[in-house]
Amino acid sequence: MQPIRFTLNGKEVTVQGVDPHTNLLSWLRQNGLTGSKEGCAEGECGACAVALVRQDAQGRTRYESVNSCLVLMPMVHAQEVVTVEHVGSPENLHPVQAAMTQGGSQCGYCTPGFVVSLFAEYYRPGRVGFDLEALGGNLCRCTGYRPIRDAALSLGNPDPEDPFCKRLEGPAPSLGPLEYTLGGRRFYRPTTLQGLFDVLQVHPQAKLIAGGTDLVVESNLRFSRWDTLVSVEAIPEMGRIEWDADNLEIGAAVPLGRIEEELRGRLPLLEALWPLFASRLLRNRATLGGNLGTASPIGDSPPVLLALRALVRVASARGQRLIPIDEFFTGYRKTALQPGEVILAVQIPRPFPEIGRFYKVAKRHRDDISTVAGAFALDLADNGTVSRIRIAYGGVAATPIRAQLTELALVGKPWNLASVQAATRVLATEFRPISDHRGSAEYRTAMVVKLLEKFFYDSTLTAEAAV
Amino acid sequence: MKIVGKPVSHESACEHVTGRALYTDDLLGRFANLLHAWPVQAPHAHAKILSLQTEAALEVPGVLHVLTAADVPGANHVGPVRHDEPLFPDEVMYHGQAVAWVVAESEEAARLGAEQVEVVYHPLPAVLTLEEAISQQSFLNEPLRVRRGEPEQALLEAPHKLKGRLEIGPQEHFYLETQATLAYLDEYGQVMLQCSTQHPTETQAIVAEVLGLPRHRVTVQCLRMGGGFGGKETQANPWAAVAALAAWKTGRPVRVRLNRTQDMTLTGKRHPFLGKFSVGFDDEGKIRGLKLELYSDGGWSLDLSEAVLLRALLHCDNAYHIPHMEVVGRVCKTHKTSQTAFRGFGGPQGMVVIEEVMDRVARTLGLAPEVVRERNLYREGDTTPYLQPVKDAERLERIWYELKTSSEYALRRSLVAEFNAAHPHKKRGIALTPVKFGISFNAIPYNQAGALVLVYQDGSVLVNHGGTEMGQGVHTKIRQIAAQSLGVPLEGVRIAPTRTDKVPNTSATAASTGADLNGAAVRNACETIRARLAEVAAQRFGVNAQDLAFEGGRVYPLGAPENALPFAEIVKTAYSQRVQLWSDGFYRTPGLHFDRAKGQGRPFHYFAYGAAVSEVEVDGFTGQYRLRRVDLLHDVGDSLSPVVDLGQVEGGFFQGMGWLTMEELLWDAEGRLATRGASTYKLPSLAELPEVFNVRFLQRAAEPGVVFGSKAVGEPPLMLAISVREALKDAIAAFGTGGVVELASPATMEAVYWAIERVRSRALVSGD
Repeated sequence: MQPIRFTLNGKEVTVQGVDPHTNLLSWLRQNGLTGSKEGCAEGECGACAVALVRQDAQGRTRYESVNSCLVLMPMVHAQEVVTVEHVGSPENLHPVQAAMTQGGSQCGYCTPGFVVSLFAEYYRPGRVGFDLEALGGNLCRCTGYRPIRDAALSLGNPDPEDPFCKRLEGPAPSLGPLEYTLGGRRFYRPTTLQGLFDVLQVHPQAKLIAGGTDLVVESNLRFSRWDTLVSVEAIPEMGRIEWDADNLEIGAAVPLGRIEEELRGRLPLLEALWPLFASRLLRNRATLGGNLGTASPIGDSPPVLLALRALVRVASARGQRLIPIDEFFTGYRKTALQPGEVILAVQIPRPFPEIGRFYKVAKRHRDDISTVAGAFALDLADNGTVSRIRIAYGGVAATPIRAQLTELALVGKPWNLASVQAATRVLATEFRPISDHRGSAEYRTAMVVKLLEKFFYDSTLTAEAAV
Repeated sequence: MKIVGKPVSHESACEHVTGRALYTDDLLGRFANLLHAWPVQAPHAHAKILSLQTEAALEVPGVLHVLTAADVPGANHVGPVRHDEPLFPDEVMYHGQAVAWVVAESEEAARLGAEQVEVVYHPLPAVLTLEEAISQQSFLNEPLRVRRGEPEQALLEAPHKLKGRLEIGPQEHFYLETQATLAYLDEYGQVMLQCSTQHPTETQAIVAEVLGLPRHRVTVQCLRMGGGFGGKETQANPWAAVAALAAWKTGRPVRVRLNRTQDMTLTGKRHPFLGKFSVGFDDEGKIRGLKLELYSDGGWSLDLSEAVLLRALLHCDNAYHIPHMEVVGRVCKTHKTSQTAFRGFGGPQGMVVIEEVMDRVARTLGLAPEVVRERNLYREGDTTPYLQPVKDAERLERIWYELKTSSEYALRRSLVAEFNAAHPHKKRGIALTPVKFGISFNAIPYNQAGALVLVYQDGSVLVNHGGTEMGQGVHTKIRQIAAQSLGVPLEGVRIAPTRTDKVPNTSATAASTGADLNGAAVRNACETIRARLAEVAAQRFGVNAQDLAFEGGRVYPLGAPENALPFAEIVKTAYSQRVQLWSDGFYRTPGLHFDRAKGQGRPFHYFAYGAAVSEVEVDGFTGQYRLRRVDLLHDVGDSLSPVVDLGQVEGGFFQGMGWLTMEELLWDAEGRLATRGASTYKLPSLAELPEVFNVRFLQRAAEPGVVFGSKAVGEPPLMLAISVREALKDAIAAFGTGGVVELASPATMEAVYWAIERVRSRALVSGD
């Protein structure tokens, strides 16, 4: 049996005899590294943050903060992990730690997580200023965040001789293959697509895992256990972002944070999605493949991908096919994937829409799950009429869904208030949302219409601004 | 050299930022043979337990024992005030209540064991809402009442009257560290608990009662807490009792740590309230008379609910003089978790109601709400409805006018109006609200504290006191007090973890009184020691003991610092002369009394004052909004520790904002908590921090009756956040053409949206 080997705070560690469902946080705490804390066990609070040494979109080595509660132990294999204990000590505080002692901690329980997020951002290659998004996945119940923001904004640049900077001069570890078993439970990490199909052939019931930001929540909170888990993190075909004249194609296992960096300034509608999509801590691990595969009606990416006319590239041992995203979601948490098929990539056809907007209605601006989300993509003809419009929602039906009747009602019409108001009469009857703890059916119904009105209003503001 | 009042960092800051600060559950690796306990949670809100079978659970590998009522050697109850909380119930009183606990070698084994415990329930009808409780007369107490003057007559004679109601939602504490205890039998035969508790003495008492032991066989230590906010004042006790019982039963160390779901489904919350009001007022907006009914949802057992309700009654005047007033309150009994202390302890709910009244009065008259508020403010010489003089009422006015100026209120009022005229789909709102909060425990015996200060022969100082550290900085402040009182540098003083075998019979660290009470007790002990040392030093220097300075670790005759001797040397001399180098200390708050039957007395030592200006921007399409700017001016007396106090003011405000805006707890029709984790219950995040956040302390604000002229600061700033709710109403009003704004609490984006819709539809009907 292959053990789990990884680098922890600069030292090689070999782990055997842990259940594959053990998360890194629990393991750290049981092994004396209690600086990382559990606040929620579902990746919402960031108290468990640790840094991984990873490669950024430009191939540079960097630290990425991740929620250790959502990393299963076998996923750590071949990785390099830094915990808060390694960042500095009371006698020798790291600059991010020193900054946080000026009122940045009260009860101190969330503090190690903030320190790790600050640490990762502090060393981000090419950093100018401090991106506060880096702290969006860390919750603090005591301070009100002002002193933490001030601590972040007070940070200078690291000394190039700093040992952590030195470490980043070398390459990030590459994820090798893993076959880990304990009792009847297995965790595989194949490094080729064929290897993945081979595992799936032997274990057709295997559960796929990429970043684990959804699946490990199932394990932590609802105690789901799987006999066979297969990580797709190391499969090259799933880890690429490719552009050509006709399409943008994003690998299913590319972390969202990587997509965010690579697409910066190139696809505004998708760009609008990222700040509203979970938090940096989660985006460092979460993937489009996961967001589509879980097929939640309130996933954040599907409305945008529906508006962008995306296609889902799926593959199996038998070959590949492209499924229009409209046909991908077949029911509540159901997809068009056939047995043995996996999501390989998401293809977005070019040219991208002229005018696009993504709105997320949620109790909290950032890092929340939407009550209703709406994505709008509009192309206007020279005469100001609608040549193409795509309107898609999350949270209003059993699946993410397009408002096709409303789209039809708008195509060919002048893009003005009268057309939009006429279209909202169609729109008001297209969906029958339900009530739950995120919002009432009445509110959701109202939002379906209001978001289109908001889109219209914002599109006219943009037009004015352009003049 | 002044140490008190210096802006020092939190006493554990370096340990916090390096992950070295230990919390209760961080000790898990220190115990070999540690056992874990997992609850069996009932799937009904109300049910009779017909049978409970443990055999199948005991067959799960790793399971040692299933704890039930049969295991309890002492009393099977853990109620802190009334004995109405069985630890192992025969009747389920809320959804998720623990009916048994499985003890096993691992958490996983305990959980799997819990799945195998077979319980047969007979479901019973459940009371789940305040309205149901009121209509079924389901109450936990007799009515409480505060009354002054002739409110009925005043209402009758008032030129204007209005009636209304407001429901105020609950709040989850969401301390980042969930409830945790480690219990073991120590080498001396006593039951030892490491427990995340705000009230170690009560935890000790409850554990002793459950085990049938005298309290001197039980010791509780609280290292520090990862947040408390009131949620660990009484509600750490049941889980501590489970751990202690399991350790007693098995002889092995036992860990009980609730995960977030368990914590949210098992522990109480801030009380939901329903307020019904009738108010009479004049053309100027001055309140002539007010009648108020307050109902709180106490959940299944009394816990601290009556005291919480009393504090609500004593704060529904907030900062306003109401000549004729009656408020009657009642705690409703429902089949929910037992709601408990939460920062403000009923005060916030009482104050939200009166601020709602002020806003509705103003909008009824077409006046700006801040004008109506200003006209009703307490003035010097006024008394509260419970007949306590409003000490230092002039501070309230001073704060009000200073903040109006520093926040550029008048200018921003007009800028808001300009913005609103130019933007059909976005509206801004601004509000200015005051806070007056009474300091002292309403349970008068709690207003005492003890300390034990030890000076060792090398001059180092170890301070024990009854206060627990939950992030609020009580240890930081007390370290400053001790260093200042003994004349040693800060580094010369260490604060020991809070333990019941060092300082006994302590009060909960609650009601904002941690530093007031324990700080005074520590100062008392330090002064005793210093007086003894002064006698010794007086001999050495040949001066009167009155004429010595103790400063920065040196002792010298006044005016002759060049002759200074090290503190440690005086200590050594004192030791050799057989002078006692350690002392206890004690403090009791003077002058408190309150007659509950009459609803009159002097329940508070003093009042803490403050005011806030908040400005918001609301999206008319969705009801989503942003907090644009906040200005706070708060009275902390002479600040003991400005970094700590600033943190309390900012953090309290932010937590209050969460309660009134995005934090929404919901139960389904079966009484099951629907929002039971961080993904469904949303705390404010960094993104909610307003770009402009100005916080200042009131100057020239010494409070002579309190340690070093300071004031309590833990709770009062929470209520500054009422300004956010009021600003939202101001923005909502701008979507219409006037009149009362009815906004639910919490003001989620959905609540704001419906409030806008009501305002818009009224504008349409009125034809504007």
